[in-house]
This record gives sequence, structure tokens and C-alpha cells, in this order.
Amino acid sequence: MSGAKAQVAAIEGWFRMDPDDPRLLGTQCQACHTYFFPKETLACRNPSCDGTELKEVPLSRRGRLWSFTNNCYPPPAPFVAADPFEPYAVAAVELEEEKMVVLGQVVAGVDVTELAAGIEMELVLDTLFEDDDNEFMIWKWRPVAA
Amino acid sequence: MANEVAVLGVGMHPWGKWGRNFVEYGVKAARDALRDAGLEWQDIPFIVGGQTIRNGYPGYVAGATFAQALGWSGAQVASTYGACASGTQAINTARAHILAGLCEVALVVGADAAPKGFFAPAGGARSDDPDWLRFRLLGATNPVYFGLYARRRMELYGATELDFAKVKVKNSMHGSANPNARYKKTYTVDDVLQSPMVSDPLRLLQICATSDGGAALVLSSLEFAKKHTSRPITIAAVSTVTPRYPNTVIEMPNFATDSAVGVGVPDTPFKDSIAKGAYEQAGLGPEDLDLAEVYDLSSALELDWYENIGLCKPGEAERLLNDGATTLGGRVPVNPSGGLGCFGEAVPAQAIAQVCELAWQLRGDASGRQVEGAKVGLTVNQGLFGHGSSVIVKR
Ligand SMILES: [Zn+2]
Repeated sequence: MSGAKAQVAAIEGWFRMDPDDPRLLGTQCQACHTYFFPKETLACRNPSCDGTELKEVPLSRRGRLWSFTNNCYPPPAPFVAADPFEPYAVAAVELEEEKMVVLGQVVAGVDVTELAAGIEMELVLDTLFEDDDNEFMIWKWRPVAA
Repeated sequence: MANEVAVLGVGMHPWGKWGRNFVEYGVKAARDALRDAGLEWQDIPFIVGGQTIRNGYPGYVAGATFAQALGWSGAQVASTYGACASGTQAINTARAHILAGLCEVALVVGADAAPKGFFAPAGGARSDDPDWLRFRLLGATNPVYFGLYARRRMELYGATELDFAKVKVKNSMHGSANPNARYKKTYTVDDVLQSPMVSDPLRLLQICATSDGGAALVLSSLEFAKKHTSRPITIAAVSTVTPRYPNTVIEMPNFATDSAVGVGVPDTPFKDSIAKGAYEQAGLGPEDLDLAEVYDLSSALELDWYENIGLCKPGEAERLLNDGATTLGGRVPVNPSGGLGCFGEAVPAQAIAQVCELAWQLRGDASGRQVEGAKVGLTVNQGLFGHGSSVIVKR
């Protein structure tokens, strides 16, 4: 890895750049308590709620695997695929407290054969892609047992 | 009866990778539909085009583009977009005009010229567009979402790769006799299971390709139809419902589902509500169906639709398939046209093509793939960003 490069978020404001406690950043309606990721800031989208006060909140770091798959071929642009391309898994993880499912890449080296619905997954920070100066960081899921 | 319109004419340009402009496919389909209806283009007071976003400005103004190519006639024009449900939006726009008494007859056209390979988002960096961001941040192609659904069936219901392969085998057999299908080869289970893995557990032969093609319908009031045909086919329902909050199934192009913290999950999940909306309009139920055309973007997704349109209970789709109920000759054949597995997807044309197939089936004109005695058929489909799409056709 290129330790000399600056680590910057691949997208601003979607997650906390704290390697010790990385979290997705959502919003929560202060009236009905529902969550939104990515952040909703305009007004609550629960049609039975007229809440307009949406507070930024970190989402649970752990959840249960709802389903999973992988990319055996490099996705098209604007994805920046490594060359040579290594297949990677994608996970849909159910957060118990937030009652929602959130997608993310699975960290490199975890094959789909090592995954099963219901296993516990944990959010980590990892590299999405690099250029000459920067390492662009993104959230990924990792099996807790691994 | 009150809300029915007639299907007077149907037409298609065969699906393929022809490398020509989408307008050519749409115009061919439109002329065929007009001929089938026994009408001239200049008899048509209203034309609706399903938009395509991958063919520049003419694609955004598809209705006018087709009208100009057919020859400016002074017709009223509309263009509709609803992603994969654009065709149904076009059908519904025409239906509404006819039912409102604004016109007696209308032409609906959808056509696409698709790029090679994976669908990628429209060009340009757009950090506020989830359809751009899902590729950028996750590499979440369409097959990734299909893979998640397929794996969920395996984990939840014990579905197998063999079950998914059998859907493809069935549809390839159905489509082998369809002159408008792009892929007419009949595949075996081994062919499917030996094709390269794309998004586990889905392999290349189980994932819908992108295609060129065009489809068109001439719709009219029932009164108008009486004067023009002795065997009217009617559209009894068009459902274009959105989800109800919270939608707790992950959908393209989203990063997350809605949260169910603020309010409970609705009784009818989104994909179930699409056909339900159509059944309610038509006063019919799944037991009335003789056939269905469902959106098999992947072979596994076809099994989800069996349950979503009420052909069986959740978890029973594999049994329905393996019993042969959804094969030609079975209780309720699904995708007798060959489905997207044999066509590939020509986005704004596809939902219109589903209705063309039902019309041919109900007239008894589906040579080589006929569902004998078919009287009621349903199409179902879903466009990303929350577009339900279901049409019930009957005779
Ligand atoms: Zn609220």
C-alpha cells in the first residue's frame, strides 16, 4: 500500500473517517425517529409524519447479512477498477436498530463461499481507488468472525 | 368495462443488435401496428413515445421524433419516461386520453438502440445522482442487485442454481419459435451452468442482455374498435403504482432501503402491489390468468414474480416451475414469448412488447408458442426509482 498518500473520503459526509470507529452517517427524523441513508435533509419521507427536523446520526456499525453477491467482471465507469481486476463481493446488511438494509462492498479476500445470510458484519474503512496523490476511502463490510 | 380501451393493432421491429438508429425500429413497429389496425398514420390524433435516455435529444422527445419520421401530421404528442416502465407510462397516457374522450384512437411507440455490455449510467460526474453514485462507490451494476435477490431466494427458500437454470431453459424453448426474439437458440441446463459467473449465483446466460428493438400499439375506445374489428382485445387495467413507505427491499439504484422505525411495513410489499393494482382495476385475480409476461431481468427474478403476481405463495415458485405449470402446455405459461432471456432489454419498448405478445396470444396468432384458448393475460415489470408497471389484457 502507498502509505505516503493522503487518505480522503471518496464521498464527502456519507461516513465518518475514523479508522477506530467508522460509521455511516445518516439522518434521523426527530418526530417519528425513522432513519435515512444517505442523509435526507429536506423533510421526513414518512408520509404520515410532518417532521422537518432531521438530525445527523451515526448508524450502527454492525448488522446481519441480508444477502450477498459479487462482481466477477470490472464494473463500468464511473467505477475505477484496479488493473488487474480482482473479483469482490457486495453485501446487503440489515441494521437492527435502524430497521434498514445498507449495501457495501465486502473487504478484499472474502469469497462469497465464506458468506451466509444472517452472519454478523462490521463496517470498516478501506480504499476504493487511488490516484497519484490520494487514496480515496469508502466504507466496506467485513464478516465479524473473519 | 368502463375503463377499458381496445388494442386495435400491434407491431414490432425484431430485437437484436442491429447497429442502426432507434427511430428506424420505432417507425417499423409503428407502421406494422397501423397496418394491423387497418388505419393510416394521418388518422391518428395522438401519439405517445416512450423515451430513451441513451440516444441524445431525439430520445428525450421520442413522441415527436417518431411523429416527424412518420411525417408531421398535426397530431397531439406526448413523451413519457419511467425507466424500464416507460412503455407502460406511454400506454397509460394514451389510455387516459381515450377514456377522457380527448381522442378515439392513439399510437404508442417505444424503441431503443442500446450500448454494448453492462448498462452504465448516463455520462458526466453527478455526485447527487444515486444512479451515478452506485457505480462510482460500489460498482453496483444491475446484475449485482439481481444477484442479491437470487442469493436471497437460495438462503430463504433453498432455491438452487439448477432451479434458476431451468427458467432460462424454459424461456429459451418458448422463444425459439418467436420471429421477434433476438436469441432463438434452445439451451440446456449444462449450457447455462457452464456459462461464466457474472454476479454469483447468476451466470452470463441467466442475465438479460441489452438489445435494440421497437414495439408499437394502436389503442382506441371500445366504440371505435367495434367499427374496425370483429375480435377486439382490450386492456382492462394499467397499474403504474409507486412503493408505499417504508419500502424495505433494496431496489436499484439505492444504497439502502427505507427504515421501518417510524412506521410499520405496509401489508403489501412494493412488488406485490404492482399486479395487485392491476387486478383491482380489472376486477380479476391471479386465478383468472391464462398466461403472464414477467420481467425476467435474471432467471431467478422470474421466480420472484410468480409470487409477486400471486401465482403461488412465497417460497413456492421453484415448485411451480419444476411442476411445469409455467411452461407452454402448463396451467399458466409464463413468458411464452421467450421473455427478456430471449429478447434482451430494449428499455422503452419492452413493456409495450409484453402487451404485443399478450395481444397475439389472445388472438390466437402466436404461432409456435401459442397458449391454447388464452383469454386473460398479465404483464408485470418494474422501472427503477419506483415505477410499478402491470397491464391486464383480455378478450
Ligand atoms: Zn418523521
